[in-house]
Amino acid sequence: MGRAGLLADAALIFKKDLRIERSSKVVTVQVLPFAVMTLILFGFGISPDARVLLGSEESRTVLAQVTPGLIFIAVLFSALLALGRSFGVESSDGTLDGLRLAGLDPAGIFLGKAAAVMVQLAMVSAVVTGGAFLLFSVDVGWSPSRAVLLVTTVGAATTGIAAAGTLYGALAAGLRVRDTLVPLLVIPVLAPVLLGAGQAADAALFGAVADGWPWVGALALFALVYVGVGILSFESLLEDA
Amino acid sequence: MSALTNTLVGPSSSKVSRVVGIMAIIATVFMLLLALVWSPPEIDQADAVRLFYVHVPSAVIALYVAFTITLIGSIQYLRKRSVFWDLLAHASTEIGVLFCALVLVTGMLWGKPTWGVYWQWDPRLTSTTVTFVLYTGYLAIRRMDLDPAVRSKRAAILGIVSFANLIIVRYSVEWWRSIHQSATFGLDTQLDDLMLFTVFWAVVTFLLIFTWLLIHRFRLAWFEHQASTSSLDDAIAARRAERSHPPLAGESV
Amino acid sequence: MHWEFVIPGYLIVFGSLATYVVLLLGRIRAMAQRVPENKRSFLE
Repeated sequence: MGRAGLLADAALIFKKDLRIERSSKVVTVQVLPFAVMTLILFGFGISPDARVLLGSEESRTVLAQVTPGLIFIAVLFSALLALGRSFGVESSDGTLDGLRLAGLDPAGIFLGKAAAVMVQLAMVSAVVTGGAFLLFSVDVGWSPSRAVLLVTTVGAATTGIAAAGTLYGALAAGLRVRDTLVPLLVIPVLAPVLLGAGQAADAALFGAVADGWPWVGALALFALVYVGVGILSFESLLEDA
Repeated sequence: MSALTNTLVGPSSSKVSRVVGIMAIIATVFMLLLALVWSPPEIDQADAVRLFYVHVPSAVIALYVAFTITLIGSIQYLRKRSVFWDLLAHASTEIGVLFCALVLVTGMLWGKPTWGVYWQWDPRLTSTTVTFVLYTGYLAIRRMDLDPAVRSKRAAILGIVSFANLIIVRYSVEWWRSIHQSATFGLDTQLDDLMLFTVFWAVVTFLLIFTWLLIHRFRLAWFEHQASTSSLDDAIAARRAERSHPPLAGESV
Repeated sequence: MHWEFVIPGYLIVFGSLATYVVLLLGRIRAMAQRVPENKRSFLE
């Protein structure tokens, strides 16, 4: 199958998944509020009044200080739900088999599903980031370069999470214990993403912007590796899903 | 490959594994004497350095030997679809996870007297913990109630991807910690010749132990495979034959 | 010095290995019963 076929199939699956989401609104009405609630819970768990000293006079709330990490922890947990949903819509009526019977390229199915998850995660990330700024009173001296770094970080991180998550979702597809197995499989895999995204976002918010870009490079590399692995392995994974 | 399979489970299997087992026991006794009696304490760490002699070989076995065999077995299974490579990957991973756990326990026990805390976000200990969970996931997939061929294929893909992940996790954690300038486990340890020999001997000993375990874990996996695939009729026939009279040597059951 | 960490370490390592060996041999013995004699060898 040619490249045009692959991308056309990917676009088909992508649109299908977003159409399902538009009518069912599971991510919008369930995952998104969950993500916001996670932020509130961080506030409960980490005292909002605790402060860290920066030098002799300045200080910052602990919550604001750890915001870069908290954002991506919230996104990671939301991603687990979004992934469960992404494969939940397929396994219920054996639709993965149906998609294959329809002659769709497995690599296209992978790309389409990953892209749909990525778009949904980007939406969740935007809300979580905005919510964290608002709730944790993060005071940042904004500049265009900081904003660009932060947006790129979110983009690279969500792409990596979506690609790796879709691959592992397929590995656990069709299993009764899928909901508990996917987190076990995917969290150690995504640990480097959390590391890199946390460091890059920290640089974007509080540090030197130049320190953040190497981490974005690592995130992009991670995303690239998993997109590649997904494209290569999805055919044999779907053969028997 | 037949020489290799012969060594693992063949007509001569019990003889080979017995030799490996006896060698492992002798090596272990010698290793314990070297590690606990003959070798001197280290200048800074005193006797805590003795934990090295079990920590380092466990790490070598888990991270370099066992999971590499998992990788090779997984690749070979996808290429050849042979039961041998599939079962070898499974056996090796289980033992690797066990040694991974030992790496963590001995690392933390070493950390308490050396750092003052059990856990100091040492890059190698941290990445080993993630690796441990990573391969626990592989073992979880192997336990799934799936069609055996499907399960083997998914496990093989997981075995390959997990190895890539092991490398990603290792480098990203090391990079992350390098910012904070933390001393890596044992980097500044002063080892004299006898201590170095003890490390070397301990690695040899653990390799022998690993080989023995691998042979036996493979044998178990093979029996499980045979039990699930040998048809019900065979089993019934065998039971009947056992009940009516003890099977004679060479008799086909 | 520090033997209070060394001894538990060695006990855990060799205790775990010994436990694993015992369990493994037990599982092999139990499994072997369920495999007919002529199918136990890896080579046909």
